Amino acid sequence: MELNVSMINSDKSGSPDIQFDQVTKRYGDVVALDNVSLSVERGEFFSFLGPSGCGKTTSLRLIAGFEQPTQGNVQIGGVSVIGVPPHRRPVNMVFQHYALFPHMNVSDNIGYGLRQRSPKPPKSETYRQVDELLEMVQMSGYGKRRIWELSGGQQQRVALARALINKPTVLLLDEPLAALDRKLRRDMQIELQTLQRDVGITFILVTHDQEEALSMSDRICIMREGCVVQMGSPRDLYDQPSNLYVADFVGKSNFITGSVTNINGRYVTVEDANGRTFVGAPSASASGFSVGVAASIAIRPELIVVSSHNSCAVDMATDVALNGRIKNRIFLGEHTEYLIETDGLGDILVLSPKHIESKRGAFEPGEAVALGWKNAAALALEDS
Amino acid sequence: MTGESTKGRWLTVALLTPTSAWFLVMLVMPLVVVAIFSFGERSAVGGYTASFTFDQYANLPSRFTAFRNTLTYAPFGTLVSLLVAYPLAYFLAVKVSPKWRLLLLVLVIVPFWTSLLIRTYAWIFILGGRGIPTLLDYIGFEGVRLINTPFAVVVGIIYGYLPLMVFPIFVSLERLDKRLLEASNDLGGTPFRTFLQVTLPLSMPGVATGCMLVFILLMGEFLIPAFLGGGKVFFIGNALVDLFLQSRNWPFGSAVAVTLVIIMLITVSLYMRLTMGRAADRNESIM
Repeated sequence: MELNVSMINSDKSGSPDIQFDQVTKRYGDVVALDNVSLSVERGEFFSFLGPSGCGKTTSLRLIAGFEQPTQGNVQIGGVSVIGVPPHRRPVNMVFQHYALFPHMNVSDNIGYGLRQRSPKPPKSETYRQVDELLEMVQMSGYGKRRIWELSGGQQQRVALARALINKPTVLLLDEPLAALDRKLRRDMQIELQTLQRDVGITFILVTHDQEEALSMSDRICIMREGCVVQMGSPRDLYDQPSNLYVADFVGKSNFITGSVTNINGRYVTVEDANGRTFVGAPSASASGFSVGVAASIAIRPELIVVSSHNSCAVDMATDVALNGRIKNRIFLGEHTEYLIETDGLGDILVLSPKHIESKRGAFEPGEAVALGWKNAAALALEDS
Repeated sequence: MTGESTKGRWLTVALLTPTSAWFLVMLVMPLVVVAIFSFGERSAVGGYTASFTFDQYANLPSRFTAFRNTLTYAPFGTLVSLLVAYPLAYFLAVKVSPKWRLLLLVLVIVPFWTSLLIRTYAWIFILGGRGIPTLLDYIGFEGVRLINTPFAVVVGIIYGYLPLMVFPIFVSLERLDKRLLEASNDLGGTPFRTFLQVTLPLSMPGVATGCMLVFILLMGEFLIPAFLGGGKVFFIGNALVDLFLQSRNWPFGSAVAVTLVIIMLITVSLYMRLTMGRAADRNESIM
């Protein structure tokens, strides 16, 4: 299910940097990757996103050359790399726990790639390039330090510099930020993006963190059990998820499950277990509905409007109107998150932006409220 | 608080007492006795007569061959054991699937279930006239002598000390983070260069431990040279057996023993200095 939604407008004179043609990888009876085809364009920031065991790391290791596909073909820059060992591939990797050499100092770690070349570049040249990279990752003056003297974030930078010194056509990043604390992770996300734009090489990231994938990538490939579920830009995945799995994985959503009772041109009607009907627009990437199949209506929490129960519903102008009671309130700074208990639909998550909160005042837990949404805001989704 | 810490201190003392007592009675006191003996004289019927003389130490050059042999065979035997053990440890730690690893490790230990004496005896037959030389005879190499040669001693050393060398190296190789090898490959290192630049340096602690164990034990070895060297390869250990048990010259034997201990202390501390020094040499670049 290739979707070819690319936000990259680079000149596509050459072949894509990475191409998988019907790649399958089995370990004994376990299928790690099941008939996957995809391509990553030059200069793209591409992410594999999915829970552990979905095949994302296997994909990365197939590109790096640590694994060989059971079936299918892997190409780098238009050339098949089947049987080519890792040390002859023009890609480099930032490992999950960095895998820095503990018996070498920072400079020697970063210069390692250069020293493997034959002929070996002269020492002065190696030092010059190492210093350049140290500067690029803002670690100038740290060259003589030992690895264990560095913080997690610093080790991360060294791993990045080490992987970039051979100027790979593709940089592979295996959960590079997983070991960092939240604040540092945010900073590194921005740095990685900036770096990618500056050096202009293709980045392929593997992560289970949807926020990370959404914030950094040009394009994301969502995987499950060795298969590609959906590929597209972060916005596409968020606004037009192809099914319930994607909608649930990317961002937060409220789901109403049921079965399809009616389909007209623009909307799909879904009836829930209590016989109530809800209407949603089918996702652009959904493959098609038919009456009677299981389906869900998904509403993003920021698209739900809440007002106080006794205020007139003039400002609401919603297609669906419900009553509820505030169960929980979480202040998130720029947003306030409410969990609202409703009759018949269970708990519904609502995200209320700060400017609205300050205009009408925050709701207290226990307070009765009215909530609703427009049909256009609701998405009709297949169950998987 | 104070009561508890006093109690804790007493517990520490109580727990350490057996070890300390053992150490004192079994190691320090005999050493002191040997040191005192070394300044004495042999009595007419053998044994020891109290005295204070340096005569025994002056007589040391008469055992020059034993010292020379020990000081050449111990390092050489250590080196050869290392060269044989490293590939084996590497194979066990890296190449063998975990399923077979345990079985193969047990096979390395199995010889330890029999006394070294018996196993070394076995080698007398293997290397002796009706063993391998007979086989060589068949293929046309006549009159090859293996037993009672330096070669036989080295074979015995490798055989006897291999497990002591294999295990520390195995442990350090097994602990090696395999992702480091992938990282090296990824950065363009061929498998051979990866071995030289990553695997080998990171297994050095195991190599150092193994060498130390084998070297120290080899310095005191007497069984292997006696059985397989046939009196031609004479170690200090053999000299000591002779002096104490045959000629009953305890004071001279003590002087030889004290000298051996001193040589050992000096070499081991130099060796420690060297290996520790390398580990501590933090800021040296390898580029």
